[in-house]
Amino acid sequence: MRQESPSSALFPVGARVRQRNLGDAVFYRVTQFFAFMILALVAVTAYEMYRTSSASIDAFGFEFIVRSVWDPVRDEYGALPFIFGTVVSSVLSLVLALPLGLGVAIFLSELAPAWLARPISFVVELLAAIPSIVYGLWGFFILVPWLRTSVEPLLIRQFGSFPFFSGAPYGIGMLAAVFILAIMILPIISSISRDVLTAVPISQREAALALGSTSWEATRIAISYSRSGILGATILALGRALGETMAVTMVIGNRPTISASLLEPGYTMASVLANEFTEATSELYISALIEIALILFVITLVVNAIARLLVWSVTRGSEVQQ
Amino acid sequence: MTFHFAYRTAKSLMMYALCGVSVIVALVPLVMIFYHTVSMGGSAINLDFFTQLPKPVGETGGGLANAIVGTMILVGLGSLIGLPVGVLGGIYLAEYGNNPFATAVRFMTDVLNGVPSIVMGVVAYTLVVVPMKHFSAYAGGVALGILMIPMITRTTEEMLKIVPRSYREAALALGIPQWKTTLRIVLRTGLGGVITGIMLAVARAAGETAPLLFTALNNRFWNLSFDQPMASLTVFIYNYGVSPYDDWIAQAWAGALVLITLILVLSVAVRFATRSAFRGGDA
Repeated sequence: MRQESPSSALFPVGARVRQRNLGDAVFYRVTQFFAFMILALVAVTAYEMYRTSSASIDAFGFEFIVRSVWDPVRDEYGALPFIFGTVVSSVLSLVLALPLGLGVAIFLSELAPAWLARPISFVVELLAAIPSIVYGLWGFFILVPWLRTSVEPLLIRQFGSFPFFSGAPYGIGMLAAVFILAIMILPIISSISRDVLTAVPISQREAALALGSTSWEATRIAISYSRSGILGATILALGRALGETMAVTMVIGNRPTISASLLEPGYTMASVLANEFTEATSELYISALIEIALILFVITLVVNAIARLLVWSVTRGSEVQQ
Repeated sequence: MTFHFAYRTAKSLMMYALCGVSVIVALVPLVMIFYHTVSMGGSAINLDFFTQLPKPVGETGGGLANAIVGTMILVGLGSLIGLPVGVLGGIYLAEYGNNPFATAVRFMTDVLNGVPSIVMGVVAYTLVVVPMKHFSAYAGGVALGILMIPMITRTTEEMLKIVPRSYREAALALGIPQWKTTLRIVLRTGLGGVITGIMLAVARAAGETAPLLFTALNNRFWNLSFDQPMASLTVFIYNYGVSPYDDWIAQAWAGALVLITLILVLSVAVRFATRSAFRGGDA
C-alpha cells in the first residue's frame, strides 16, 4: 500500500479496503464518475460551441476576430467591436476597483479590530451576492441619470478636448459600464486580498517594525509578500468583469462601434449574446453569436486558469506554515 | 532625520486614512442599492404581486405570481442536475482527492466557476433548445444546473475537509466500511456546511438572468409544463425594467426587492450556519 502524507490524505486506508469491500468499490467509482462528469462538462461545453459555430468559422475564419462589421441584414459578422468593448470596460473597471479593493483589504486585515472588520467584510461580500440584474436596474435608473446630469457634463467641460471625454452626455455608454463593473468586482478583489494579507505571518510585520519602519511600511512589506495572491485576485476579478452580462447590457448602450470616447455607447461580447440571441434569424447569425460565446469562453477559461494558479500558489504556502 | 521621520509617520497615517476612505467609498453603492430598491420597489409589493398574473399593457395592477413559481421550478430543475454531481463530486474530492485526477477536477471546477453564466445559456441552447426546436423550462434548468455544479462541488469539498480526521479513524476502527463512514459519519457531521453551500448555489441560481434569456425564455401566463417556455422573476425584472411603463418599472423594482431580500436572508442564515460548522471543525 502506498504511504500517503498525513496532511493531504483524509482516509488513512486507501486502495486495500476499497478492494475488499464491494460497497466501498461501488461508492468510490460512483463518486469518481461524478467528479469525472465535471471534466466532461468542460469538454462538452467547448465541443458543442465549436460544433454549432462551424458555419461562422467556415465563413469568416480567423478574420472574424479582427472584422469590425456587424450587419445582420447583409449577413456580415465580425467580433472586434465586442472584443474591444469587453476588454476596455473590464480593464478600466479594474483600474477603478483595484486601489479601492486593496484599500478595503488593508483596512480589514491591518487596521480594523475584529468587531469592526467582521461586519464590514460581511457587508462587502453581500455586494458580491447581489444578482447582476439588480445592479443593472440600479445602474439604469440611478447611476445613468446621475452620470448624465452631473458627472459627464463636468467631464466634458474640464477634459472635453481629450478624445476620451468628447461627445454628448448620454449617460448610457462605456463610462456607466465601467462604473457598474467596478462596483461589482470590488468585493472579489477585497475579500481575496484580505485573505492573502491575513495569511502573511505576523512576524514579517513585527520584524519590519523592530527595524524602525512605520506601520504603513510594515504593511507594504506584507503587501509585497502577498503580491502574487493579490495579482490572482485581480485576474479573477477581471474574469468576472469580462463575462458580466445583465448589468452591462442595461447601461452600455449596445451599439457595435469602436470609439475612443468613454461617453459613447459600446457593446460587449456578453451583451450581444443577451440582446440578439433570440432575435437571430439566419443560421449564420446564430452561428456567429455562438462563436462569440466560444471566444468569451476561451478567454475566461484562460484568465481564470491563470488566476487560480496564482491564488493556489499563495494559499498552499500559507497552509504549510500553519 | 527628524523631518524625514515626521514625513514617514505622516505618510503612514495618510495611507491608512485613504484605506478608511476606500471602505466608505465601497460601502456607498451597497447602501444606495438597498435604499433605492426598497424605496422604488416597496410601493409595488402587495398581495397581488405574489398572487396575480401579469396584466396586459395598459391595465394597471397584476403581479408576478407565475414568475415567482417559474423561478422556483427552474431552480428546482437545476438542483436535480447540480445537487448529485456537485455533492458526489465534492465527496470524491474531499475523501479520495489526493491524486492528479482529483487535482485536475478541482482546478477545472474553479475555472468553470469563473465562466460567464451566459456561456452556459448558450451551451444549454445547443444541447436542449436546438434538438427540441423550442424554448423550454428544461433548457433553463439545464443551464442553471451546470452553473450550480462547480459551486456545490467546492463548498461540499471544503465542508467535508473540516470534519476532523479522528472521526473517520474512529468509525473505521469500529469496523464500519469506508463508504458508510463517509455517508453516515463524515457527511452527517459536515451536513450543515454542505446545505449552506447548496443554499448559496440555489440563491445564486435564482438570481441568474443571462442563462435564462434564450433557454426558458419568458411566459406571461400560468405554465406548469416543463417543455414550454417558462417565466422567471429575473427575466421579468429585465423586460419590465427596460419597458416604458411606470407600472411595469415599479414591478421590476419590486421583483428586485424580493430577490435581494431572499439573498440577504440566506446570507445571514449561512453566516450563522458556517460559524457553528467551523466551531465544530476546531474540535
